[in-house]
Amino acid sequence: MTNPGSPLLSVRDLKIHFPIRGSQGGVVKAVDGISFDIPSGRTVALVGESGCGKSTTAYGIIGLEPVTSGSIQFEGREIAHLDKQSRRALATDIQIVFQDPSAALNPKMAIGDSIGEPLVIQGWRRDKRKQRVRELLDLVGLPEAYAERTPNALSGGQRQRVVIARALALSPKLLVLDEPVSALDVSIRSQILNLLMQLQKELGLSYLFISHDLSVVRHLADDVIVMYLGTVVEEGGAEALFEAPQHPYTQALISAIPLPDPKAQRSRERIILKGDLPSPLNPPTGCPFVGRCPIRIEPCGNIRPSLQPVASGTRAACLVRAPVPLAA
Amino acid sequence: MMTETPPRDWTPVLAIKDLRIQIGGLDVVDGVSLTAGRGRILAVVGESGCGKSLTALSILRLLPKAARIAGGRIELEGMDLAHLSEKDLEDIRGNQASIIFQEPIASLNPLMRVGAQVEEALRLHRGLSHAEAQREALAMLASVGIPDPQNRARQYPFELSGGMCQRVMIAAALICRPRLLIADEPTTALDVTIQAQILDLMKRLRDEVGTSIIIITHDMGVVAEMADDVAVMYGGRVVERGPVDTIFAAPAHPYTYLLLATVPRLDGRRKSTLRTIEGIVPGVDQWPQGCRFRSRCPLATDVCARRPSLDPVDAIGHAAACWHKDRLREIA
Repeated sequence: MTNPGSPLLSVRDLKIHFPIRGSQGGVVKAVDGISFDIPSGRTVALVGESGCGKSTTAYGIIGLEPVTSGSIQFEGREIAHLDKQSRRALATDIQIVFQDPSAALNPKMAIGDSIGEPLVIQGWRRDKRKQRVRELLDLVGLPEAYAERTPNALSGGQRQRVVIARALALSPKLLVLDEPVSALDVSIRSQILNLLMQLQKELGLSYLFISHDLSVVRHLADDVIVMYLGTVVEEGGAEALFEAPQHPYTQALISAIPLPDPKAQRSRERIILKGDLPSPLNPPTGCPFVGRCPIRIEPCGNIRPSLQPVASGTRAACLVRAPVPLAA
Repeated sequence: MMTETPPRDWTPVLAIKDLRIQIGGLDVVDGVSLTAGRGRILAVVGESGCGKSLTALSILRLLPKAARIAGGRIELEGMDLAHLSEKDLEDIRGNQASIIFQEPIASLNPLMRVGAQVEEALRLHRGLSHAEAQREALAMLASVGIPDPQNRARQYPFELSGGMCQRVMIAAALICRPRLLIADEPTTALDVTIQAQILDLMKRLRDEVGTSIIIITHDMGVVAEMADDVAVMYGGRVVERGPVDTIFAAPAHPYTYLLLATVPRLDGRRKSTLRTIEGIVPGVDQWPQGCRFRSRCPLATDVCARRPSLDPVDAIGHAAACWHKDRLREIA
């Protein structure tokens, strides 16, 4: 149904606001006007620190948070405000994998039943279901016999494989991966990351990859979107964004990751930001990053910068690094 | 603060010798020996279940009820903490040695103003008056980077961010200028830009006060950033230890080697298949006899059924517990 070349998912000026109850009132602008595309077969990563709105964006896309305004199109069809029935139908196309596989699985349900549950909901017959569950276990590298076990008999990494298998049950086109390896042991993470890369290749999946771990993002993502306080501060191809980040927040974020190499780490120039993230209840009026920015200039306190292309190949929202070109 | 740099050398401030910790009759920490030199930072690294946190908790005898020290010595400047009375330990906690945890918000008293929590150790151990303790606490809060300490000191933990709470924890832990600070995953719950601030702060305080630091972490990046010395734990044992540069440049234990190789790196080749360690971390009741890594080790042979000792690799403190140190190049 998609035109060739048009994105699988297209988000435009998405806003997800939460009203605050009580006498004080007010509104938390968790996501405040972001736009991006996920082309078919690619991995787009949303990165940023807690409270930046990356997970809320993902929940908006899969319908777990109500969208305040803006558009989300999947294969050209608007999905921002679906009724229950259409949302259920869309589950065959978009699925999510959460961070903690232990919380995502019913502890009393056999693994095979968990994986087969989406098939039950979509009305698959029992024998076809069994067959599909076997295929899925094989796909994620688990022995067939695991279908009979319960989650507590499995390790964290194996449970995450089960969650991935369940997400793939209905052959979705887009998988939302919300910190899929953050809860796993270091020695297990690379197994799951390899599995995700292999599945993408085999099944032509598209990923929306949410992570705070930039080393993992650089490894997996094609495109990266850096969020801060509900807005996009920089976006671009992973290569360019990690090679030559332009926004001072992106630079600080990348430089804050300690390299697992003591000699390189010692000789590295690092940017240590002052202060904390501002409260989303009371964000700065101009650039959201102004309070912690090492290169801010006078107008940054008043003018909210828009994303502008920069020479390195990314687009940044920064009055200093990516000034708006003067109108001809 | 101080004009002279405090000494950093091999004089042991803490020496753990052949420590064994049991839970339900199982040796979850099995013969661990560690030394923290004066003014140095020792990183203890490993995955969940390796015994690193239990080892850290045992130093100030803060183990959960189910766990008990079954053997060994824990010497803080020569004094054996493993066999000290609870009353004598109270004189040491927060005074000569302090500990900070992963979740600052869970470690602070939610009903007590943060200033009072920083003062507490001073009043307890130094017998300072309220006014004196308050003055020192405010100075300490300022030096750990709390802006506007006068007002912040009057707030409760819930009014502070996670990074701020961790600074308060560090201020409270360091207020009596302890000889030893134990930091159990101190930045795991924090965002990376805040992690960078906290790690920077810990190093600065080490430089100024001369406190020895033991940092417990699973993050090889944090190890590279912080450590002078490293101990790698697996299955309740130290499998390798040595100076940080040696451990990263020339690991001698296959577990250390693989742990470093599995992590995607900011300077690695994108989308390449990552190295993996086969299998899973076995439960404490499923550890194999002999070398506990052998069920996952690509170099394992029959000899590994016997326990390898932590033997020196060189003369500058690098040691590894592996029968096949000379075969490591086979997995490179």
